[in-house]
Amino acid sequence: MAQNDSILRFENVSVTFDTVEALKDVSFDLKEGQTRIILGAAGSGKTVLLKTAIALDCPSAGKVILFGQEIQNLREQQLFDIRRRVGILFQEGALFDSMTVERNVAYPLISLRTASESKKNVDRSKDKPAEPTQSIRERIQQALDFVELGQTLKQFPDELSGGMQRRVAIARAVVAQPPLLLYDSPTAGLDPITAHTIVTLIIKERDLDNTTALVVTHRYQDGNLAANFRYNPDNAQLEPDPTAAERTIFMVMREGKLVFEGSQRELEASTDDYVSKFVKRD
Amino acid sequence: MLDILKGPVEATQDFMILTGQAMRNLFRRPHYLDDVLIQMDSIGFGSLFVAVLTGFFSGAVMGLQMGRALGQYGQTSRTGEVVAIILVRELGPALTALMIAGRNSSGIASELGSMRVTEQIDAMRALGTDPIQKLVTPRMIATAVMLPCLTVIADFVGMIGGWVVAILVYHLPTRQYWTSCWQALEWSDVVQGLLKPFIFSFVVSLIGCYYGLRTTGGTQGVGRATTQAMVTASVLIFILTTFITKIFVATT
Repeated sequence: MAQNDSILRFENVSVTFDTVEALKDVSFDLKEGQTRIILGAAGSGKTVLLKTAIALDCPSAGKVILFGQEIQNLREQQLFDIRRRVGILFQEGALFDSMTVERNVAYPLISLRTASESKKNVDRSKDKPAEPTQSIRERIQQALDFVELGQTLKQFPDELSGGMQRRVAIARAVVAQPPLLLYDSPTAGLDPITAHTIVTLIIKERDLDNTTALVVTHRYQDGNLAANFRYNPDNAQLEPDPTAAERTIFMVMREGKLVFEGSQRELEASTDDYVSKFVKRD
Repeated sequence: MLDILKGPVEATQDFMILTGQAMRNLFRRPHYLDDVLIQMDSIGFGSLFVAVLTGFFSGAVMGLQMGRALGQYGQTSRTGEVVAIILVRELGPALTALMIAGRNSSGIASELGSMRVTEQIDAMRALGTDPIQKLVTPRMIATAVMLPCLTVIADFVGMIGGWVVAILVYHLPTRQYWTSCWQALEWSDVVQGLLKPFIFSFVVSLIGCYYGLRTTGGTQGVGRATTQAMVTASVLIFILTTFITKIFVATT
């Protein structure tokens, strides 16, 4: 049964760029409902791992199995359908700067609609397919309300602060309610208060929609919050939850290798010099 | 020796793959018609002023030079004929394409390059959209439609430039100038004058897209891609115009 629960599995995956090996023989299995926190120094291969998970980077060896399908040998056109089931937050947000916030958040929904209409051979080229319909507008509003930015619909990304841009990017990642979410350094470059808000949103999404997530970060605090707290929708606050730790696995990357995989308790007990650097013991 | 050739061969191969994918997307859904229209407005209408100015002054300067040269043989009356032939066959398509390359190849390269370095291209792929279908094919279609139109306009405005010079400097009758223009042009000139910009349009758009999509190295990389796109597109226009002219000269 464990096989059926697997959402994303890496089997001895290596990724090479020219002569540089960015990932070396990485294996892990992300189960449904699990959150994996990936820690590691800059250049340790965290972002490459995330991109390899949806075949934005291609493995030079090994297998990547996403939603039960081996993706490393699929053509780009075949990958689009699989990628639409994954929400991703890029390191700097990667919002489309020529589109309004509304258009950015609408993008995954319009992309889904366009793809399904293309398969059904529906020609809506005269109906302005890029225009959000009423149902799409409602979902955009819900997603932006989720990140508490419901009033920014008509603004452009460069009119927002860094933290707000990151929240819009989260809204774009979750708007199509994908079963798997990938977060690439969601708190990088943000002040502690904004970083806390972003992690709260990640936990909120995990608890309200029961999503599976892979979170790349260099901040131990982010993983600590995810492993020990849950979102309480009644007061919109985080509260301690001893069961959250069971669903949270920590991974530590070093120079492309996965050097640690285990629970928060095991991470904190590690005597490895490199691994223990990422643990804040206070 | 092989190492020196490796880079250009790989670049040519990548460019041909991009061209093939962009062409194949013409027959594959979804079609982003609204993006095509936006690009037609940006590339076509946005470049109109530049094309008109270039056309007018190239026609005027040719009128000045040709009127003087023909005057030595007592043939000033044939100024319109020479201006029309050179503009329609050669200078109109080449100069307009060069101006559009300067404005749009570099513009496309910088736009796509910025999207690339800020991970917007990756975001597009991650959100299930083919960046070539969404970004490259609309620009290719828009340039293929608009560049021949701009060339026709530049040719006509160029002839007006020649006419202004003919009546003001050489005191030719208006009727004589336009009659010699009209009588000089043959169908093969018109075909050549439209075929060239159509072919150049693929160079202008696809070279810009190619350099934009392979941008690396942050803002410095965007600047480099912009320059490379403009230089490569301009050089290719000169090379192609020579070959196309040779083919027409050989067949007519």
